[in-house]
Amino acid sequence: MEPAVTMRGITKSFGPIHALRGVDLDLQAGEVLALLGDNGAGKSTLVKILSGLHVPDSGTMTLDGKPVDWRRYDVARARDMGVETVYQERSLGEKQPLWRNVFVGRHLRNRLGLIDVRREKVETMKLLADVIGFRGVGLHPEARVASLSGGERQGLAIARAMYFDAAIIVLDEPTTALGVTEAEKVLSFVERLRTEGHSCLFVSHEMHHVHRIADRFALMERGRIATILKKSEISLKDLAEKLLLGEEDRP
Amino acid sequence: MIGFFNCYRRQVLVTLALTALWAVFTLASPAAFTGIRIYRSFMSTIPVTLILTLGMTLLVILGEMDLSFPSVSAAAAFVFASLYAKAGWPPAAAMALALASGAAMGLFNGFLVVKVGVPSIIATIGTQFFWRGLILLAADGLAIALSAIRGHWIHSLFVGRLGLWELPAQALWGLSVAVVLGLLLNRHPFGDAILFIGDNRKTAEMMGISVDRVRLATFTLMGFLAAFAGLLATLELNNWWPTQGEGYMLLVFAAVFVGGTSAYGGQGTIYGSFVGAILIGIIEAGIVSAGLVGFWTRFIHGLVIILSVSAYAGMARWRPHG
Repeated sequence: MEPAVTMRGITKSFGPIHALRGVDLDLQAGEVLALLGDNGAGKSTLVKILSGLHVPDSGTMTLDGKPVDWRRYDVARARDMGVETVYQERSLGEKQPLWRNVFVGRHLRNRLGLIDVRREKVETMKLLADVIGFRGVGLHPEARVASLSGGERQGLAIARAMYFDAAIIVLDEPTTALGVTEAEKVLSFVERLRTEGHSCLFVSHEMHHVHRIADRFALMERGRIATILKKSEISLKDLAEKLLLGEEDRP
Repeated sequence: MIGFFNCYRRQVLVTLALTALWAVFTLASPAAFTGIRIYRSFMSTIPVTLILTLGMTLLVILGEMDLSFPSVSAAAAFVFASLYAKAGWPPAAAMALALASGAAMGLFNGFLVVKVGVPSIIATIGTQFFWRGLILLAADGLAIALSAIRGHWIHSLFVGRLGLWELPAQALWGLSVAVVLGLLLNRHPFGDAILFIGDNRKTAEMMGISVDRVRLATFTLMGFLAAFAGLLATLELNNWWPTQGEGYMLLVFAAVFVGGTSAYGGQGTIYGSFVGAILIGIIEAGIVSAGLVGFWTRFIHGLVIILSVSAYAGMARWRPHG
Protein backbone atom coordinates (compact mmCIF):
# COMPACT_ATOMS: atom_id res chain seq x y z
CA MET A 1 0.00 0.00 0.00
CA GLU A 2 1.23 3.49 -0.87
CA PRO A 3 2.10 5.65 2.11
CA ALA A 4 -0.43 8.44 2.59
CA VAL A 5 2.38 11.00 2.61
CA THR A 6 6.04 10.79 1.68
CA MET A 7 8.37 13.73 2.21
CA ARG A 8 11.94 13.74 0.99
CA GLY A 9 14.66 16.29 1.63
CA ILE A 10 12.30 19.06 2.71
CA THR A 11 14.15 22.27 3.61
CA LYS A 12 12.82 25.64 4.63
CA SER A 13 14.59 28.77 5.83
CA PHE A 14 13.21 32.01 7.16
CA GLY A 15 15.99 34.52 6.54
CA PRO A 16 19.01 33.24 8.47
CA ILE A 17 17.00 30.62 10.40
CA HIS A 18 17.05 27.10 8.98
CA ALA A 19 13.74 25.75 10.23
CA LEU A 20 13.94 22.50 8.28
CA ARG A 21 17.27 21.02 7.15
CA GLY A 22 16.19 18.06 5.05
CA VAL A 23 13.22 16.17 6.43
CA ASP A 24 12.42 12.65 5.23
CA LEU A 25 9.16 11.32 6.57
CA ASP A 26 6.52 8.74 5.62
CA LEU A 27 2.99 8.71 6.98
CA GLN A 28 1.59 5.24 6.41
CA ALA A 29 -2.02 4.85 5.35
CA GLY A 30 -4.28 4.43 8.36
CA GLU A 31 -1.67 5.11 11.03
CA VAL A 32 -1.44 7.78 13.70
CA LEU A 33 2.07 9.19 13.60
CA ALA A 34 3.07 11.47 16.45
CA LEU A 35 5.43 14.31 15.64
CA LEU A 36 7.39 15.27 18.73
CA GLY A 37 10.08 17.76 19.53
CA ASP A 38 10.93 20.85 21.51
CA ASN A 39 9.85 24.33 20.47
CA GLY A 40 11.84 25.39 17.45
CA ALA A 41 12.55 21.83 16.32
CA GLY A 42 10.58 22.50 13.14
CA LYS A 43 7.30 20.71 13.86
CA SER A 44 5.01 23.57 13.04
CA THR A 45 6.91 24.52 9.87
CA LEU A 46 6.59 20.94 8.66
CA VAL A 47 2.87 20.94 9.43
CA LYS A 48 2.40 24.21 7.56
CA ILE A 49 4.13 22.78 4.50
CA LEU A 50 1.90 19.71 4.52
CA SER A 51 -1.24 21.81 4.96
CA GLY A 52 -0.31 24.24 2.18
CA LEU A 53 0.42 27.39 4.23
CA HIS A 54 4.18 27.33 3.44
CA VAL A 55 6.09 26.25 0.36
CA PRO A 56 9.46 24.57 1.07
CA ASP A 57 12.75 25.81 -0.41
CA SER A 58 13.53 22.32 -1.72
CA GLY A 59 12.36 18.76 -1.41
CA THR A 60 9.54 16.61 -2.74
CA MET A 61 6.26 15.33 -1.40
CA THR A 62 3.72 12.79 -2.58
CA LEU A 63 0.16 12.39 -1.37
CA ASP A 64 -1.24 8.91 -1.86
CA GLY A 65 1.53 8.31 -4.41
CA LYS A 66 0.79 11.47 -6.40
CA PRO A 67 3.65 13.98 -6.57
CA VAL A 68 2.83 17.49 -5.32
CA ASP A 69 3.53 20.44 -7.61
CA TRP A 70 4.68 23.14 -5.16
CA ARG A 71 3.85 25.97 -7.56
CA ARG A 72 0.18 25.03 -7.38
CA TYR A 73 0.06 23.80 -3.79
CA ASP A 74 -1.84 25.98 -1.33
CA VAL A 75 -4.43 25.41 1.40
CA ALA A 76 -7.33 25.05 -1.01
CA ARG A 77 -5.36 22.57 -3.16
CA ALA A 78 -4.24 20.63 -0.07
CA ARG A 79 -7.87 20.29 1.02
CA ASP A 80 -8.79 19.14 -2.49
CA MET A 81 -6.09 16.48 -2.26
CA GLY A 82 -7.49 15.23 1.05
CA VAL A 83 -5.25 16.99 3.56
CA GLU A 84 -7.17 18.61 6.39
CA THR A 85 -5.58 20.42 9.32
CA VAL A 86 -6.97 20.89 12.80
CA TYR A 87 -5.07 23.61 14.65
CA GLN A 88 -4.76 24.25 18.35
CA GLU A 89 -6.95 27.25 17.75
CA ARG A 90 -8.15 29.34 14.83
CA SER A 91 -9.49 26.41 12.84
CA LEU A 92 -12.91 28.00 13.17
CA GLY A 93 -14.46 31.44 12.75
CA GLU A 94 -15.60 32.35 16.28
CA LYS A 95 -18.45 34.66 15.32
CA GLN A 96 -19.74 32.51 12.48
CA PRO A 97 -22.51 29.94 12.75
CA LEU A 98 -21.61 26.26 12.87
CA TRP A 99 -22.88 25.53 9.36
CA ARG A 100 -20.65 28.20 7.80
CA ASN A 101 -17.66 26.75 9.61
CA VAL A 102 -18.37 23.28 8.34
CA PHE A 103 -18.68 24.36 4.72
CA VAL A 104 -16.29 27.31 4.45
CA GLY A 105 -14.30 27.03 1.23
CA ARG A 106 -16.44 24.08 0.06
CA HIS A 107 -20.02 25.28 0.03
CA LEU A 108 -22.87 23.27 -1.39
CA ARG A 109 -24.33 25.27 -4.26
CA ASN A 110 -27.81 25.25 -5.71
CA ARG A 111 -28.65 25.54 -9.41
CA LEU A 112 -28.18 29.30 -9.35
CA GLY A 113 -24.69 28.90 -7.95
CA LEU A 114 -25.74 30.28 -4.57
CA ILE A 115 -24.92 28.62 -1.27
CA ASP A 116 -27.60 26.07 -0.43
CA VAL A 117 -28.06 27.22 3.17
CA ARG A 118 -30.92 24.90 4.01
CA ARG A 119 -29.06 21.77 2.89
CA GLU A 120 -25.90 22.90 4.67
CA LYS A 121 -27.81 23.32 7.93
CA VAL A 122 -29.36 19.87 7.60
CA GLU A 123 -25.95 18.33 6.87
CA THR A 124 -24.43 20.20 9.81
CA MET A 125 -27.04 18.77 12.17
CA LYS A 126 -26.34 15.27 10.85
CA LEU A 127 -22.64 15.76 11.22
CA LEU A 128 -22.99 17.00 14.78
CA ALA A 129 -25.18 14.09 15.77
CA ASP A 130 -23.55 11.24 13.83
CA VAL A 131 -19.90 12.04 13.74
CA ILE A 132 -19.38 13.72 17.05
CA GLY A 133 -22.37 12.65 19.05
CA PHE A 134 -23.30 16.19 20.15
CA ARG A 135 -26.86 15.76 21.21
CA GLY A 136 -29.44 17.38 23.36
CA VAL A 137 -27.20 20.25 24.41
CA GLY A 138 -29.16 22.81 22.46
CA LEU A 139 -26.81 22.84 19.52
CA HIS A 140 -28.25 24.48 16.51
CA PRO A 141 -26.63 25.04 13.10
CA GLU A 142 -27.05 28.79 13.68
CA ALA A 143 -25.21 28.66 17.01
CA ARG A 144 -21.91 30.54 17.05
CA VAL A 145 -18.62 28.76 17.53
CA ALA A 146 -17.97 31.10 20.47
CA SER A 147 -20.66 29.23 22.41
CA LEU A 148 -18.82 25.87 22.14
CA SER A 149 -16.32 24.52 24.66
CA GLY A 150 -12.71 23.96 23.60
CA GLY A 151 -13.24 20.22 23.16
CA GLU A 152 -16.40 20.76 21.13
CA ARG A 153 -14.53 23.14 18.84
CA GLN A 154 -11.82 20.60 18.15
CA GLY A 155 -14.57 18.02 17.71
CA LEU A 156 -16.25 20.21 15.12
CA ALA A 157 -12.98 20.75 13.23
CA ILE A 158 -12.32 16.99 13.25
CA ALA A 159 -15.89 16.25 12.23
CA ARG A 160 -15.49 18.64 9.33
CA ALA A 161 -12.43 16.73 8.16
CA MET A 162 -14.32 13.44 8.45
CA TYR A 163 -17.34 14.85 6.63
CA PHE A 164 -15.21 15.73 3.62
CA ASP A 165 -13.52 12.35 3.98
CA ALA A 166 -9.99 13.74 4.26
CA ALA A 167 -7.46 10.93 3.80
CA ILE A 168 -4.82 12.77 5.81
CA ILE A 169 -5.68 14.68 8.95
CA VAL A 170 -3.06 16.85 10.57
CA LEU A 171 -3.71 17.58 14.23
CA ASP A 172 -1.53 20.47 15.37
CA GLU A 173 -1.52 20.39 19.20
CA PRO A 174 -5.26 19.73 19.33
CA THR A 175 -5.30 19.11 23.10
CA THR A 176 -2.82 21.72 24.29
CA ALA A 177 -5.27 24.38 25.43
CA LEU A 178 -7.80 21.95 26.92
CA GLY A 179 -8.71 20.62 30.35
CA VAL A 180 -8.56 16.91 31.18
CA THR A 181 -12.12 15.95 30.24
CA GLU A 182 -12.11 18.02 27.09
CA ALA A 183 -8.76 16.57 26.00
CA GLU A 184 -10.15 13.10 26.61
CA LYS A 185 -13.00 13.85 24.21
CA VAL A 186 -10.60 14.95 21.53
CA LEU A 187 -8.48 11.82 21.97
CA SER A 188 -11.55 9.67 21.52
CA PHE A 189 -12.26 11.55 18.25
CA VAL A 190 -8.73 10.78 17.11
CA GLU A 191 -9.18 7.10 17.96
CA ARG A 192 -12.29 7.15 15.88
CA LEU A 193 -10.36 8.68 12.98
CA ARG A 194 -7.97 5.76 13.05
CA THR A 195 -10.79 3.22 13.25
CA GLU A 196 -12.32 4.74 10.15
CA GLY A 197 -9.06 4.50 8.23
CA HIS A 198 -7.87 8.12 8.15
CA SER A 199 -4.13 8.71 8.40
CA CYS A 200 -3.19 11.18 11.12
CA LEU A 201 -0.16 13.28 11.85
CA PHE A 202 -0.50 14.22 15.51
CA VAL A 203 1.69 17.04 16.75
CA SER A 204 1.80 17.40 20.51
CA HIS A 205 3.81 18.19 23.59
CA GLU A 206 1.70 16.01 25.79
CA MET A 207 3.57 12.75 26.06
CA HIS A 208 0.81 10.74 27.75
CA HIS A 209 -1.71 11.75 25.06
CA VAL A 210 0.68 10.92 22.30
CA HIS A 211 1.79 7.63 23.74
CA ARG A 212 -1.75 6.45 24.13
CA ILE A 213 -2.92 7.41 20.69
CA ALA A 214 -0.02 7.04 18.25
CA ASP A 215 1.29 3.99 16.38
CA ARG A 216 4.72 5.53 15.77
CA PHE A 217 6.67 8.48 17.10
CA ALA A 218 8.86 10.77 15.02
CA LEU A 219 11.23 12.90 17.09
CA MET A 220 12.32 16.16 15.51
CA GLU A 221 15.49 17.98 16.45
CA ARG A 222 16.93 21.11 14.89
CA GLY A 223 15.04 20.83 11.64
CA ARG A 224 15.49 17.10 11.08
CA ILE A 225 13.79 13.86 12.03
CA ALA A 226 16.17 12.43 14.64
CA THR A 227 14.46 9.10 15.39
CA ILE A 228 11.39 7.16 14.47
CA LEU A 229 10.11 4.60 16.94
CA LYS A 230 7.24 2.17 16.99
CA LYS A 231 4.96 2.13 20.00
CA SER A 232 6.11 -1.42 20.86
CA GLU A 233 9.70 -0.22 20.99
CA ILE A 234 9.42 2.35 23.75
CA SER A 235 7.59 2.99 27.00
CA LEU A 236 5.95 6.26 27.93
CA LYS A 237 8.69 6.96 30.46
CA ASP A 238 11.51 6.35 27.99
CA LEU A 239 9.76 8.40 25.33
CA ALA A 240 9.46 11.35 27.71
CA GLU A 241 13.09 11.01 28.68
CA LYS A 242 14.24 10.76 25.13
CA LEU A 243 12.42 13.91 24.22
CA LEU A 244 13.73 15.74 27.24
CA LEU A 245 17.36 14.81 26.73
CA GLY A 246 17.50 14.94 22.98
CA GLU A 247 19.28 12.50 20.70
CA GLU A 248 22.65 14.21 20.47
CA ASP A 249 23.15 14.93 24.14
CA ARG A 250 22.77 11.33 25.25
CA PRO A 251 25.87 9.27 26.11
CA MET B 1 -33.21 26.06 21.95
CA ILE B 2 -32.38 28.96 19.74
CA GLY B 3 -35.47 30.67 18.47
CA PHE B 4 -36.06 33.16 15.74
CA PHE B 5 -35.49 36.07 18.09
CA ASN B 6 -32.14 34.78 19.27
CA CYS B 7 -30.84 34.35 15.74
CA TYR B 8 -32.14 37.61 14.42
CA ARG B 9 -32.37 39.86 17.47
CA ARG B 10 -30.31 42.67 15.96
CA GLN B 11 -32.54 42.70 12.89
CA VAL B 12 -35.65 42.58 15.06
CA LEU B 13 -34.39 45.46 17.18
CA VAL B 14 -33.61 47.78 14.28
CA THR B 15 -36.95 46.97 12.67
CA LEU B 16 -38.76 47.81 15.90
CA ALA B 17 -36.78 51.02 16.21
CA LEU B 18 -37.77 52.10 12.70
CA THR B 19 -41.41 51.21 13.34
CA ALA B 20 -41.44 53.13 16.61
CA LEU B 21 -39.83 56.18 15.06
CA TRP B 22 -42.24 56.11 12.16
CA ALA B 23 -45.18 55.78 14.57
CA VAL B 24 -43.98 58.77 16.59
CA PHE B 25 -43.57 60.88 13.45
CA THR B 26 -46.97 59.82 12.15
CA LEU B 27 -48.64 60.73 15.42
CA ALA B 28 -46.79 64.04 15.52
CA SER B 29 -47.70 65.02 11.96
CA PRO B 30 -50.40 62.72 10.57
CA ALA B 31 -51.02 64.87 7.53
CA ALA B 32 -47.47 64.58 6.28
CA PHE B 33 -46.89 60.93 7.11
CA THR B 34 -50.12 59.56 5.67
CA GLY B 35 -49.70 61.20 2.29
CA ILE B 36 -47.60 59.90 -0.61
CA ARG B 37 -45.48 63.01 -1.01
CA ILE B 38 -43.14 62.48 1.90
CA TYR B 39 -42.50 58.87 0.88
CA ARG B 40 -41.75 59.94 -2.66
CA SER B 41 -39.24 62.38 -1.27
CA PHE B 42 -37.69 59.66 0.94
CA MET B 43 -37.41 57.39 -2.09
CA SER B 44 -35.53 60.03 -4.00
CA THR B 45 -32.99 60.88 -1.27
CA ILE B 46 -32.49 57.73 0.81
CA PRO B 47 -31.20 55.47 -2.02
CA VAL B 48 -27.98 57.50 -2.19
CA THR B 49 -27.26 57.00 1.53
CA LEU B 50 -28.48 53.43 1.26
CA ILE B 51 -26.08 52.41 -1.51
CA LEU B 52 -23.15 53.99 0.34
CA THR B 53 -24.23 52.31 3.58
CA LEU B 54 -24.47 48.89 1.95
CA GLY B 55 -20.96 49.12 0.49
CA MET B 56 -19.60 50.33 3.82
CA THR B 57 -21.32 47.45 5.60
CA LEU B 58 -19.30 44.92 3.61
CA LEU B 59 -16.08 46.79 4.39
CA VAL B 60 -16.86 47.04 8.12
CA ILE B 61 -17.70 43.32 8.25
CA LEU B 62 -14.36 42.73 6.53
CA GLY B 63 -12.74 44.64 9.40
CA GLU B 64 -11.89 47.75 7.33
CA MET B 65 -13.40 51.13 6.64
CA ASP B 66 -13.37 53.74 3.91
CA LEU B 67 -13.42 57.42 4.81
CA SER B 68 -12.72 58.49 1.24
CA PHE B 69 -16.13 57.63 -0.20
CA PRO B 70 -17.53 61.21 -0.21
CA SER B 71 -14.60 62.33 -2.35
CA VAL B 72 -14.65 59.22 -4.53
CA SER B 73 -18.35 59.79 -5.08
CA ALA B 74 -17.80 63.42 -6.07
CA ALA B 75 -14.76 62.60 -8.21
CA ALA B 76 -16.63 59.93 -10.18
CA ALA B 77 -19.57 62.27 -10.67
CA PHE B 78 -17.09 64.93 -11.83
CA VAL B 79 -15.76 62.49 -14.45
CA PHE B 80 -19.32 62.04 -15.66
CA ALA B 81 -20.24 65.74 -15.55
CA SER B 82 -17.15 66.96 -17.34
CA LEU B 83 -17.17 64.24 -20.00
CA TYR B 84 -20.84 64.78 -20.70
CA ALA B 85 -21.27 68.52 -20.28
CA LYS B 86 -17.82 69.71 -21.37
CA ALA B 87 -16.39 67.08 -23.71
CA GLY B 88 -19.75 66.23 -25.24
CA TRP B 89 -19.60 62.47 -24.64
CA PRO B 90 -22.78 60.42 -24.87
CA PRO B 91 -24.14 60.09 -21.29
CA ALA B 92 -23.99 56.29 -21.25
CA ALA B 93 -20.29 56.26 -22.12
CA ALA B 94 -19.56 59.04 -19.62
CA MET B 95 -21.41 57.10 -16.96
CA ALA B 96 -19.55 53.86 -17.69
CA LEU B 97 -16.22 55.64 -17.40
CA ALA B 98 -17.34 57.36 -14.19
CA LEU B 99 -18.26 54.01 -12.63
CA ALA B 100 -14.95 52.54 -13.76
CA SER B 101 -13.09 55.49 -12.23
CA GLY B 102 -14.90 54.90 -8.93
CA ALA B 103 -13.85 51.25 -8.99
CA ALA B 104 -10.28 52.31 -9.76
CA MET B 105 -10.23 54.74 -6.83
CA GLY B 106 -11.56 51.93 -4.62
CA LEU B 107 -8.86 49.60 -5.91
CA PHE B 108 -6.27 52.26 -5.11
CA ASN B 109 -7.52 52.35 -1.49
CA GLY B 110 -7.26 48.58 -1.44
CA PHE B 111 -3.74 48.74 -2.82
CA LEU B 112 -2.64 51.15 -0.06
CA VAL B 113 -4.19 48.96 2.62
CA VAL B 114 -3.44 45.46 1.36
CA LYS B 115 -0.17 45.85 -0.54
CA VAL B 116 1.47 48.88 1.10
CA GLY B 117 0.12 47.96 4.53
CA VAL B 118 -1.41 51.27 5.68
CA PRO B 119 -4.35 50.82 8.09
CA SER B 120 -7.53 51.57 6.13
CA ILE B 121 -8.71 54.39 8.41
CA ILE B 122 -5.45 56.25 7.74
CA ALA B 123 -5.06 55.39 4.06
CA THR B 124 -8.57 56.58 3.28
CA ILE B 125 -8.17 59.84 5.19
CA GLY B 126 -5.32 60.44 2.77
CA THR B 127 -7.25 59.54 -0.36
CA GLN B 128 -10.27 61.49 0.92
CA PHE B 129 -8.21 64.71 0.82
CA PHE B 130 -6.34 63.67 -2.32
CA TRP B 131 -9.37 63.15 -4.58
CA ARG B 132 -11.26 66.12 -3.17
CA GLY B 133 -8.22 68.32 -3.74
CA LEU B 134 -7.75 67.02 -7.25
CA ILE B 135 -11.35 67.70 -8.31
CA LEU B 136 -11.30 71.15 -6.73
CA LEU B 137 -8.27 71.92 -8.85
CA ALA B 138 -9.67 70.31 -11.98
CA ALA B 139 -13.06 72.01 -11.68
CA ASP B 140 -11.50 75.24 -10.52
CA GLY B 141 -13.95 75.13 -7.63
CA LEU B 142 -16.93 75.62 -9.92
CA ALA B 143 -20.15 73.63 -10.21
CA ILE B 144 -21.19 72.04 -13.51
CA ALA B 145 -24.80 72.40 -14.59
CA LEU B 146 -26.35 69.35 -16.24
CA SER B 147 -29.82 70.62 -17.08
CA ALA B 148 -29.62 69.13 -20.60
CA ILE B 149 -29.59 65.60 -19.15
CA ARG B 150 -33.25 65.87 -18.18
CA GLY B 151 -35.36 63.89 -20.58
CA HIS B 152 -32.44 61.76 -21.77
CA TRP B 153 -33.10 58.04 -21.33
CA ILE B 154 -30.15 57.74 -18.94
CA HIS B 155 -31.85 60.25 -16.67
CA SER B 156 -35.18 58.41 -16.85
CA LEU B 157 -33.52 55.04 -16.29
CA PHE B 158 -31.79 56.05 -13.09
CA VAL B 159 -33.81 58.86 -11.54
CA GLY B 160 -37.03 58.97 -13.58
CA ARG B 161 -40.48 58.86 -11.97
CA LEU B 162 -42.31 55.58 -12.40
CA GLY B 163 -45.98 54.73 -12.64
CA LEU B 164 -49.11 56.35 -11.36
CA TRP B 165 -47.51 57.32 -8.05
CA GLU B 166 -44.42 58.75 -9.77
CA LEU B 167 -42.07 56.73 -7.63
CA PRO B 168 -38.41 57.65 -8.06
CA ALA B 169 -36.49 55.06 -10.09
CA GLN B 170 -33.48 55.31 -7.78
CA ALA B 171 -35.51 53.56 -5.07
CA LEU B 172 -35.60 50.47 -7.29
CA TRP B 173 -31.86 50.78 -7.88
CA GLY B 174 -31.24 51.02 -4.15
CA LEU B 175 -33.45 48.00 -3.53
CA SER B 176 -31.69 46.04 -6.28
CA VAL B 177 -28.26 46.83 -4.85
CA ALA B 178 -29.50 45.65 -1.44
CA VAL B 179 -30.82 42.36 -2.86
CA VAL B 180 -27.65 41.69 -4.84
CA LEU B 181 -25.33 42.52 -1.92
CA GLY B 182 -27.54 40.51 0.45
CA LEU B 183 -27.16 37.45 -1.76
CA LEU B 184 -23.46 38.16 -2.16
CA LEU B 185 -22.88 38.35 1.59
CA ASN B 186 -25.08 35.48 2.72
CA ARG B 187 -25.32 33.10 -0.18
CA HIS B 188 -22.04 33.41 -2.07
CA PRO B 189 -18.51 32.23 -1.18
CA PHE B 190 -17.26 35.80 -1.67
CA GLY B 191 -19.47 36.98 1.21
CA ASP B 192 -18.43 33.97 3.23
CA ALA B 193 -14.83 35.04 2.70
CA ILE B 194 -15.66 38.58 3.89
CA LEU B 195 -17.23 37.19 7.09
CA PHE B 196 -14.31 34.89 7.86
CA ILE B 197 -11.64 37.51 7.10
CA GLY B 198 -13.41 40.01 9.36
CA ASP B 199 -13.76 37.36 12.04
CA ASN B 200 -10.11 36.34 12.03
CA ARG B 201 -7.70 36.82 9.15
CA LYS B 202 -5.51 33.91 10.26
CA THR B 203 -8.46 31.53 10.32
CA ALA B 204 -9.49 32.68 6.86
CA GLU B 205 -5.98 31.98 5.56
CA MET B 206 -5.98 28.55 7.13
CA MET B 207 -9.29 27.78 5.47
CA GLY B 208 -7.74 28.51 2.09
CA ILE B 209 -9.42 31.89 1.48
CA SER B 210 -7.46 34.26 -0.78
CA VAL B 211 -7.45 36.98 1.84
CA ASP B 212 -5.67 39.72 -0.11
CA ARG B 213 -7.74 39.24 -3.22
CA VAL B 214 -11.02 39.46 -1.29
CA ARG B 215 -9.86 42.60 0.54
CA LEU B 216 -8.85 44.29 -2.72
CA ALA B 217 -12.14 43.33 -4.33
CA THR B 218 -14.21 44.69 -1.44
CA PHE B 219 -12.45 48.08 -1.54
CA THR B 220 -12.98 48.14 -5.30
CA LEU B 221 -16.68 47.35 -4.85
CA MET B 222 -16.98 50.22 -2.34
CA GLY B 223 -15.42 52.61 -4.86
CA PHE B 224 -17.82 51.43 -7.54
CA LEU B 225 -20.84 51.87 -5.26
CA ALA B 226 -19.63 55.32 -4.13
CA ALA B 227 -19.46 56.30 -7.80
CA PHE B 228 -22.93 54.92 -8.44
CA ALA B 229 -24.39 56.81 -5.48
CA GLY B 230 -22.65 60.00 -6.60
CA LEU B 231 -24.07 59.64 -10.10
CA LEU B 232 -27.60 59.13 -8.76
CA ALA B 233 -27.29 62.30 -6.65
CA THR B 234 -25.91 64.27 -9.61
CA LEU B 235 -28.60 63.06 -11.99
CA GLU B 236 -31.36 63.73 -9.46
CA LEU B 237 -30.23 67.32 -8.93
CA ASN B 238 -29.04 67.95 -12.53
CA ASN B 239 -25.99 69.53 -11.10
CA TRP B 240 -22.49 68.67 -9.98
CA TRP B 241 -20.69 70.73 -7.37
CA PRO B 242 -17.21 70.37 -5.94
CA THR B 243 -18.17 69.71 -2.31
CA GLN B 244 -20.74 67.09 -3.25
CA GLY B 245 -20.97 64.12 -0.90
CA GLU B 246 -19.48 65.80 2.16
CA GLY B 247 -22.65 65.49 4.22
CA TYR B 248 -22.80 61.72 3.86
CA MET B 249 -19.81 60.67 5.93
CA LEU B 250 -21.40 60.51 9.37
CA LEU B 251 -24.86 59.51 8.15
CA VAL B 252 -23.43 56.45 6.45
CA PHE B 253 -21.47 55.27 9.47
CA ALA B 254 -24.49 55.97 11.67
CA ALA B 255 -26.67 53.82 9.41
CA VAL B 256 -24.15 50.97 9.38
CA PHE B 257 -23.88 50.83 13.18
CA VAL B 258 -27.56 51.51 13.88
CA GLY B 259 -28.16 48.54 11.57
CA GLY B 260 -26.32 46.27 13.99
CA THR B 261 -23.05 45.67 12.15
CA SER B 262 -20.21 45.04 14.58
CA ALA B 263 -17.38 47.58 14.66
CA TYR B 264 -15.05 44.65 15.38
CA GLY B 265 -15.72 42.95 12.04
CA GLY B 266 -16.98 39.50 11.16
CA GLN B 267 -20.62 40.30 11.91
CA GLY B 268 -23.27 42.37 10.24
CA THR B 269 -26.24 42.19 7.93
CA ILE B 270 -27.42 43.86 4.75
CA TYR B 271 -30.96 43.84 6.12
CA GLY B 272 -29.88 45.74 9.23
CA SER B 273 -28.07 48.35 7.16
CA PHE B 274 -31.04 48.66 4.82
CA VAL B 275 -33.33 49.46 7.74
CA GLY B 276 -30.62 51.58 9.37
CA ALA B 277 -30.28 53.76 6.27
CA ILE B 278 -34.04 54.32 6.13
CA LEU B 279 -34.17 55.11 9.84
CA ILE B 280 -31.39 57.67 9.58
CA GLY B 281 -32.92 59.00 6.37
CA ILE B 282 -36.40 59.75 7.74
CA ILE B 283 -35.27 61.58 10.86
CA GLU B 284 -34.73 64.99 9.32
CA ALA B 285 -37.99 65.11 7.39
CA GLY B 286 -39.85 63.69 10.37
CA ILE B 287 -38.56 66.37 12.68
CA VAL B 288 -39.27 69.21 10.31
CA SER B 289 -42.79 68.03 9.56
CA ALA B 290 -43.46 67.56 13.27
CA GLY B 291 -42.97 71.30 13.54
CA LEU B 292 -39.65 71.23 15.37
CA VAL B 293 -36.77 73.31 14.15
CA GLY B 294 -34.12 71.57 12.06
CA PHE B 295 -31.63 71.90 14.90
CA TRP B 296 -33.28 68.89 16.50
CA THR B 297 -32.07 66.67 13.68
CA ARG B 298 -28.56 66.14 14.93
CA PHE B 299 -29.72 65.68 18.48
CA ILE B 300 -32.19 62.95 17.47
CA HIS B 301 -29.59 61.32 15.21
CA GLY B 302 -27.23 61.21 18.16
CA LEU B 303 -29.90 59.85 20.47
CA VAL B 304 -30.87 57.07 18.05
CA ILE B 305 -27.25 56.09 17.53
CA ILE B 306 -26.42 56.03 21.24
CA LEU B 307 -29.53 54.02 22.12
CA SER B 308 -29.10 51.45 19.36
CA VAL B 309 -25.39 50.76 19.80
CA SER B 310 -25.92 50.52 23.57
CA ALA B 311 -28.68 47.99 23.00
CA TYR B 312 -26.39 45.91 20.74
CA ALA B 313 -23.59 46.07 23.28
CA GLY B 314 -26.02 44.85 25.94
CA MET B 315 -27.10 42.00 23.68
CA ALA B 316 -23.51 40.99 23.07
CA ARG B 317 -22.86 40.69 26.81
CA TRP B 318 -26.04 38.76 27.46
CA ARG B 319 -25.79 35.81 25.15
CA PRO B 320 -27.18 32.57 26.59
CA HIS B 321 -26.71 30.55 23.40
CA GLY B 322 -24.30 32.73 21.50
